[in-house]
Amino acid sequence: MSGGTILLLAVLICGSTFGEIAMTYGMKATGEPARLRPKALLIFLGRAVCNGWFWVAIPLMALSFYALLVLLSWEPVSFVIPASALSYVVGTLGAKYILKEEVNAARWAGVILVCIGVALVAAG
Amino acid sequence: MASEKRLRIKTLVMVLAMVVCANAGDLLLKRGMTEIGAVAITPSGVLHAFWMTVTSATIWVGILFLIGFMVSYMTVLSWADYSYVMPAGAFGYAILTLLAVILLHESVSPKRWVGVVLICVGVLLVGQTKPRTTEAAAMQKVTA
Repeated sequence: MSGGTILLLAVLICGSTFGEIAMTYGMKATGEPARLRPKALLIFLGRAVCNGWFWVAIPLMALSFYALLVLLSWEPVSFVIPASALSYVVGTLGAKYILKEEVNAARWAGVILVCIGVALVAAG
Repeated sequence: MASEKRLRIKTLVMVLAMVVCANAGDLLLKRGMTEIGAVAITPSGVLHAFWMTVTSATIWVGILFLIGFMVSYMTVLSWADYSYVMPAGAFGYAILTLLAVILLHESVSPKRWVGVVLICVGVLLVGQTKPRTTEAAAMQKVTA
């Protein structure tokens, strides 16, 4: 594995984790839509795109997506997707320490099983 | 407790919408691009591919599904934990494998089946935790 691959994997995992954490901040600050109906959802989306965190999230997620595309052109899918499954663990750490979510033992166990499962599905 | 149950149900519905839209969108984009064929990396080749993608109905339906994914993802994050939604989204890998077997009659390696089982057990474990563990009021103060 070359240095470039490691660097891009780090960009992929950190970009998606920090992007999604910023998105969560933005959406929690926006607040729930009043109802799950088209009109209420449009109002909700309008408020969401006015939130600064949304515009922090989008470039980070885009960066992560481009890192994924470049990685896929360098390495086989059976390596890239299992390696990127690490983002489940990194994301959960971020949720716990940055978003202050309560990650209990059941949730940790679930996340680790999902992470191994995704790696196996992509590698198999 | 009624509101707890309601929260769980609407979270489940939104996560399902997310998974269905993301998978349908990806499959349609893949199908649309296969119809267009390999893109020649020359100025005229890229321009031709661009024109073919913007005039392809399959690609547009795929994009609509991906927008549906983004909207359901943003909506569910407005009330549910990120650490709850993120692993639940992996359920899509399990569904894709089942679809590949049922619809495309693909053969699936034992390793992949083990992966599918682990994902399902993992999602069930996460699913029975509380969808929201942070206070609504505390997060409302956070603005950029």
